[in-house]
Amino acid sequence: MRKREVVAMILAGGQGSRLGVLTQNLAKPAVPFGGRYRIIDFTLSNCSNSGIYTVGVLTQYMPMELHTHIGVGSPWDLDRLNGGVFILPPHQKASGANWYQGTADAVYQNIPFIDAYEPNLVLVLSGDHIYKMDYNKMVAFHKDKGARCTIAVTDVPINEAPRFGIMNTNDDLSIYEFEEKPRHPKSTKASMGIYVFDWQLLREALIEDANKPESVHDFGKNVIPAILERGEKLYAYPFKGYWKDVGTVESLWEANMDLLDENDDLDIGDPTWRVYSLAQARPAQYIGNAAKVQDSIVVDGCEIHGEVIHSVLSTNVKVERNAKIIDSVIMPDVYIGENAIINKAIIGSNAIIRKNSVVGDGRNVTSIGLYEEVKAGMVAN
Amino acid sequence: MLKKCMGVINLDENEDMIQELTRNRLLASIPIAGRYRVIDFILSSLSNAGVENVGIFSKMQCRSLTDHIGDGRPWDLNRRVEGIRVFNFSTLEPRVDDVYSFANNIEYFERSAQEYLLLTSSYMVCNIDFNEVMDFHKRSGDDITIVYKHVDDAQDNFFLCETLDIDEDGRVEGAGRNIGKDNEADICMEMYLMKKTIFIDLLTECVTSGRFRKIKNAIYSSLDRYKVRAFEYKGYLRCINSLQAYYKASMEMLNPRIYKQLFLDERPIYTKTTTEVPAKYLEGNAVKNSIIGNGSIIEGTVKNSILFRKVHIGKGAVVNNCIIFQGATIGDGCKLTNIIADKYVDIEPGKELKGDKDMPFVVAKKRELVREV
Repeated sequence: MRKREVVAMILAGGQGSRLGVLTQNLAKPAVPFGGRYRIIDFTLSNCSNSGIYTVGVLTQYMPMELHTHIGVGSPWDLDRLNGGVFILPPHQKASGANWYQGTADAVYQNIPFIDAYEPNLVLVLSGDHIYKMDYNKMVAFHKDKGARCTIAVTDVPINEAPRFGIMNTNDDLSIYEFEEKPRHPKSTKASMGIYVFDWQLLREALIEDANKPESVHDFGKNVIPAILERGEKLYAYPFKGYWKDVGTVESLWEANMDLLDENDDLDIGDPTWRVYSLAQARPAQYIGNAAKVQDSIVVDGCEIHGEVIHSVLSTNVKVERNAKIIDSVIMPDVYIGENAIINKAIIGSNAIIRKNSVVGDGRNVTSIGLYEEVKAGMVAN
Repeated sequence: MLKKCMGVINLDENEDMIQELTRNRLLASIPIAGRYRVIDFILSSLSNAGVENVGIFSKMQCRSLTDHIGDGRPWDLNRRVEGIRVFNFSTLEPRVDDVYSFANNIEYFERSAQEYLLLTSSYMVCNIDFNEVMDFHKRSGDDITIVYKHVDDAQDNFFLCETLDIDEDGRVEGAGRNIGKDNEADICMEMYLMKKTIFIDLLTECVTSGRFRKIKNAIYSSLDRYKVRAFEYKGYLRCINSLQAYYKASMEMLNPRIYKQLFLDERPIYTKTTTEVPAKYLEGNAVKNSIIGNGSIIEGTVKNSILFRKVHIGKGAVVNNCIIFQGATIGDGCKLTNIIADKYVDIEPGKELKGDKDMPFVVAKKRELVREV
């Protein structure tokens, strides 16, 4: 196998239980986003746009749709002669079979995969963040600082800092302390869950961690603190730009709504940093005579006869006459019947919203699960 | 499935009446229906029928076609063995006929493993199940099957198309042309199914006798020698052989009832996919009865129109009965009626352009209307 300078490992196996019905049968990274994407498209596109063409995707929870989506990786130009994208589910070994016990264990169990490419650096990424990032810049920073581990951080408001893993740094951005969800944060540098490691260091740290019975085998909770304790050089890489962990129904809804903002920081249309996805062969969208579409984004395959206000419609959504969709995210293949009202909701793929029903009350975000049916005249909040 | 049949798409099509759109491209690669090219319909029909070896015999000016076809993956025709191939006509002589280029590539026909050959054109826009044609052909035991459609709107929709003279038993007795005399006609869809050996025999004869420059004329002249039968197609059909026909067929697609006859769930129409962002409907837009492509940004009024991807409709612009190709920018306050705007044209703010409903005005590619001083 040809040697690679950087190998990326994308953590995509978590259950995403805070997304409730939306991830009941679906891995979080495979959750549809922004009309024609799935969440993992952002990380995969970042890899491809950064020229990192050897990518392992660690999957475990409900992986079928995720695996189907990634396929051989051609939408992201990750079907390569040498390297490319590899789906790495838990597997049986001579020593036995284990599920991935945590994020660190998932990478630990795939040490032979990484070894095969003899990389200098390993980039550990999350499959459930919405952002555009040039990983080369972070790698350059890592080398520049002579770091052994670099953690990307984003500035968060101080009152939100207790929700994050916070990096306390010296003036030169070297990290002297890591606090997981501190009650009294000393800094606003929140870890984005994006790490660059010297592979040899990470390799040792993973083996060490695997042998600790008390460890939960998590990067944030175990591996990073252990590396810090060893006195290794850790640096915080300050990332500026849009970044969102879409781990909750609320944040998933917000991130979708952000796309409707005219001054949207994410700018998915940026021609120099395309976001790629598996495209479907659906006819172009049709907007009917009685339709009204305002302040919204709509994609191929949609057929709209009703009213769509400030919403995100995904592939193949049908909206019947007099239906009204406000401040909502409609995932692919959803049917919305006549006179239905959807107000501040996320409707999961293939759901059927029958006529005269009401979903959402405009206050909290309501979510309807995949393949769920809201019967005619029903109210679902 | 038609594993034993090869598809040959013959792009030796008459483009004289649609030159406004074929200056930089072949008729086969004219954009249609918001995200497709004309050739996508026949390619998808072949692919959906399970044809795994398709040769496209192209003409000059085929950059846009080869860009579009690529390795054939969108139609599931990127195969290790066979799959899709594009053959160019000679670059020396721009107006050679199909026999010349078929004969030059005789090895392709001889070496292909398939027993049958389906020769088609690209400009017949339809969604046809070729398995039915093959079943019909085998059942009849005849030499050649030609696909036709019986229409009662020949004057309006099939002007200058070929017609078939079919006898009571379904035998083809002759071929002619619809010059708009009658409304009822049997329109020849220029799809010919036969054993590959018959095709090669016809081709060899064309070359040795020098009698025909177009293979279909050889077929029509052999009706006494070969048993030629007609297969009736009953689905939706339009022939894109003129600018008017293109415009009319496009506008018809805004009718969801017609649209659904062409874009079937069980036999999808495939096309090259792109990484375009969703279409954005900004404040102040009003879109009615229109087809909109991904990546478009709409701030004005769009009625009864087809917008391809990445089209920008400026504030206060009013677009009526128009077809706007990929990447075109329609400036603020423009008023366009019955216009076809080619790819990436930039119409300056405030322009008023009007075509006729039977004769749309085409704004050609890369020609900016000069801003008034």
